[in-house]
Amino acid sequence: MVTALSEVPQKTLEILEPWRGRKGFLIPVLQAVQHTFGYVPKEAIEVVSREMKMPTAEIYGVVTFYAQFHLNPRGRHIIRVCRGTACHVRGSLKLLDKVKEMLKVEENGTTEDLRYTLEPVACLGACGLAPVMMIDEDTHGRLVPDKLGAIMDQYV
Amino acid sequence: MKITSLEDLRKIKASATDQTSARSEGKTRIIIGLGTCGIAAGARAVMEAVLEELSKRGLKDVSVEGTGCIGMCQQEPLLDVIRPGEPRITYGRVTVQDVPRIVTEHLVNGRIVEDRLIGRAD
Amino acid sequence: MPTYRSHVLVCGGTGCIAGGSALVQARMKEELAKKGLDKEVLVVQTGCHGMCELGPILVVYPEGTFYTRVQPEDAAEIVEEHLYKGRVVERLLYRPSEKLESVKHYNELPFYAKQNRIALRNCGYINPDNIEEYIARDGYQAMGKVLLEMTPDDVISEIKKSGLRGRGGGGFPTGMKWEFCKKSVSDKKYTICNADEGDPGAFMDRSILEGDPHSVLEGMAIGAYAMGADEGYIYCRAEYPLAIKRLKAAIAQAESYGLLGRNIMGTNFSFELHIKEGAGAFVCGEETALMASIEGERGMPRPRPPFPANKGLWGKPSNINNVETWANVNPIILKGGDWYASMGTEKSKGTKVFALTGKVKNTGLVEVPMGITIREIIFDLGGGIIDDKKFKAAQIGGPSGGCLTEEHLDLPVSYESLTAAGAIMGSGGLVIMDEDTCMVDVAKFFLEFTQAESCGKCVPCREGTKQMLLTLQRITSGKGTMEDLDKLEELAVMVKESSLCGLGQTAPNPVLTTLRYFRDEYEAHIKDKKCPAKACSGLIQYLVSPDLCRKCGLCAKNCPVNCISGDRQTPYVIDQSRCIKCGTCLEVCPFKAIRKE
Repeated sequence: MVTALSEVPQKTLEILEPWRGRKGFLIPVLQAVQHTFGYVPKEAIEVVSREMKMPTAEIYGVVTFYAQFHLNPRGRHIIRVCRGTACHVRGSLKLLDKVKEMLKVEENGTTEDLRYTLEPVACLGACGLAPVMMIDEDTHGRLVPDKLGAIMDQYV
Repeated sequence: MKITSLEDLRKIKASATDQTSARSEGKTRIIIGLGTCGIAAGARAVMEAVLEELSKRGLKDVSVEGTGCIGMCQQEPLLDVIRPGEPRITYGRVTVQDVPRIVTEHLVNGRIVEDRLIGRAD
Repeated sequence: MPTYRSHVLVCGGTGCIAGGSALVQARMKEELAKKGLDKEVLVVQTGCHGMCELGPILVVYPEGTFYTRVQPEDAAEIVEEHLYKGRVVERLLYRPSEKLESVKHYNELPFYAKQNRIALRNCGYINPDNIEEYIARDGYQAMGKVLLEMTPDDVISEIKKSGLRGRGGGGFPTGMKWEFCKKSVSDKKYTICNADEGDPGAFMDRSILEGDPHSVLEGMAIGAYAMGADEGYIYCRAEYPLAIKRLKAAIAQAESYGLLGRNIMGTNFSFELHIKEGAGAFVCGEETALMASIEGERGMPRPRPPFPANKGLWGKPSNINNVETWANVNPIILKGGDWYASMGTEKSKGTKVFALTGKVKNTGLVEVPMGITIREIIFDLGGGIIDDKKFKAAQIGGPSGGCLTEEHLDLPVSYESLTAAGAIMGSGGLVIMDEDTCMVDVAKFFLEFTQAESCGKCVPCREGTKQMLLTLQRITSGKGTMEDLDKLEELAVMVKESSLCGLGQTAPNPVLTTLRYFRDEYEAHIKDKKCPAKACSGLIQYLVSPDLCRKCGLCAKNCPVNCISGDRQTPYVIDQSRCIKCGTCLEVCPFKAIRKE
C-alpha cells in the first residue's frame, strides 16, 4: 500500500487505461486509486482530470461526497466501529470511546505511527452480533471493551 | 457447458439433486448402530458396504444415518430400515455379506429379509 | 461423483464468520480426514441461517441436527460422537431456557416454526458458491419457463396478480413498476438491483446476497426480459465485501452456463450484468441518487417526474428494485401469483423479512407472512426480552421509521397499518428496546444519522435536521425548555412536508413518533432534568454509597480521568465536576457500592 508520491502519476495512468472511452468511470477509478495508495492523492486527481477531460472541481466534489474516499494518508489497518441502531442499544458508544482512548485519536483520526485509522460507520449489517467492529475486512462481534486489546494486537 | 434448453437444465438439476440428496427429507432411511459395541462388532464395515451398494445400484433417495447404542448389544451390528409410511424394521447381526440382500430385497422390492429380522416397530 | 451419506452445513454468513465459522469448517474437514470419514461426509459452507445470535451454526444432515455456538475445538467431538458413533452432542444443542428440553431438529425451533421462508428459501441450505446446488433447488427453472413459454406481458400480469410490493421501503406495487418501464419506448433499457442496504439495523439484503446470490440474478433476468432490458447493474455497498465476492462468483458461473450473457438458453434474449460498489453514502439508497452514483457523479436525488421508468440511468428507461423484491420473483413465477397472494393481508401480500435486533433474546432474520402481529415476532420468534425485562418500544423501518409501543403489540403488520401508526415498513429493521432505553436518546441517535447523511441539496433537510438535532442535544443535556418541544414538533412537520426526497421526508419520523407516544419522557428531561431510563449521560450522576464501599480502590484505579479519591481509611468519593460518566467504576466495583442516579 505504501507507494512513493513520485509513482502516483504513472500508477494512476495504469488504473485509467481500461476505462478510457467508457461511461461511469469516475467512482470505480477513484476506488482503484484509493485501493492502490490507501487514499486519493492530489496528484492522482490531477492526472484523472487531465486525461479524462473533467474539471478537478467535479472530481473533488465526488471525492468529498462519499464517506469511502479520503484525501489524506490513512493507517495500515482501518478500524470501523459500528454505530448502527442495534449496536447503539447494546453499548457501542462505550466501545468507540474505549478505542479512542486506547489509540489516542479522535473519530476519523490516524495514529502517529500510521498503524490504525479509526472510523465510525453507520451500520455493518451484523446486527445479530451487536456491538460489532470491523478491522480491515474482518468482522468482530459481541464485543466488550475488555476484549479490544487482544483483538487489536492481531493487526500489526 | 452451455445450457440451451429446459432439458439441459433438467439434466443438471437431476445430477445436482443427487449431490444434495442427503439434505432432503421424507425418504427411505437406513439407520446403523454406531455405539462402541456396534463398531466393535463391525458396524463401520456394514456402513461402508451400505454406501457402496447404494451407489452401485444408483439408489439416491436413501439417507444413511448413524445412531448411538440402543441397548441390544448382543445383536450388533444393528441396521434399521424405515421406508416412508412403513414400520421401522430392525435387523440384527448384520454382516457385510447381508448388505446387498437387504438393499435389493427390502429397499428395492419391499420384501423384509426374514432371517435377519429381530424386530419391528410402528 | 460420490454420494455422501451425511452433509455438514457450516454457516458462512458474516455473523457466523465473525464468530469463527471458517475455522470450524477447516477443523471439521481435518477431523473427518483423520477418522477416514471424508469420503462419506461432505462439509458445505452455506449462507446465513438467520439465527445469528446462536452462531456459529452447524447443521448435520440427514438428521437435521442443529448445533449452536460451535467453536473450532468442538469439531473433534462432533466428528467422533455424532458422525462416527451416531450420538448427538447434547451440550451443543440449543436450549431455549434452563427449564426446557434442548432442541435437536431445525424444525422444532420456535424461531423457524412460525417462519415462511420464500425470499430466504435457500439461505443456510445451499452452498452459495455452487450454482448446481441452486439449480437442484429449482434454480433458473423460472427463468427457463419465462424465456421459453411466457410473453413479457404474461410475466408482468403474474407479478401483478401476486400483489408483490417493493420490499426496500417504498412498498410500490412491483408489477405496475415493471409495466411502466415496459411501456416506455427506447432502444436501450436497464434493470437495477438496489443492494445499498443502508438502514442501520437491517441486514436481510446482505444475507440474501451472501447466501443465495443466484436468486437475485435470476429475478433480475426475468425482470429484464419482461421490461425489454438487456443490461443490468447491482449497486452494492462497499461495506459488504463478502456479498460482492459471492455475487462476482455467481455471475461468472451463470455466464459459463449460458444463463447470463448473450442468447440466454439459446433464445434471442441477452442480459449483461455488472456490479457497482457503492462508496459510502446513505442517500444513494434513493433511486435517483443511486443512478447518479452509477453514472459516477455525486449521489444526489433529483425531483421526480420524470420517473426512472421513463428517464433513468444515462437518460434511458430503467427499473430499480431491491434485493428482497428480486428474490421473490422466481417463486412467484414457478408457483403462480395466486399462490403468493394467498398469504398476507388484503393489500400487503406475501411475506416480509425482518431483521430482529436490539434487546431481544433471539436476534436474527425472520421471514413471516404479512399480517403477523408484532407480539408474535418479538415474543414467539424472538423469545422475548433479554433478562425478561419490560418491553418498551419497537423501532421499525430504520431511521425513516418510527417507534411503536406496547399498545401496538397486537397490530397486524402491513404497509398500511404501520403507516397509520406513524412508522413505516421500510426495509424491515426491527430494533427492540427495553426499559433501559431512553426514547429521547433514540430519537437523537437517528437524527444524528440522517443529519450526517443528508446530501445537502435541499434546504429543509439540510438545515431542518441540523436544527432539530441541536434542540434534541439541548434536551438530553438538561438545557431544554418546553418551548423547544413545540418548536421541535413544528420543525419536524415542516421538514417532512417540504423535503425533496425520501430521506428528508421521513427523517422526522423517529422524533414525531417518540413525541407522540413518549412525550412524558421528553418532559422529564426538560422539567425534572431527569432521564427516566438513566441513559442520557448529561442527566445522570454516579455516586458511591459509603455504607457499601469496602475501600478497595478498584474504582479509582480504573477511572480514566482520575476523579475518584479515597484510601483504606476514607470511603471513596467521585468528583462530579470532573466525572465523564463513562460508567467504568460501576462496572468494576465488586461490591455494587456505586449507583447511577
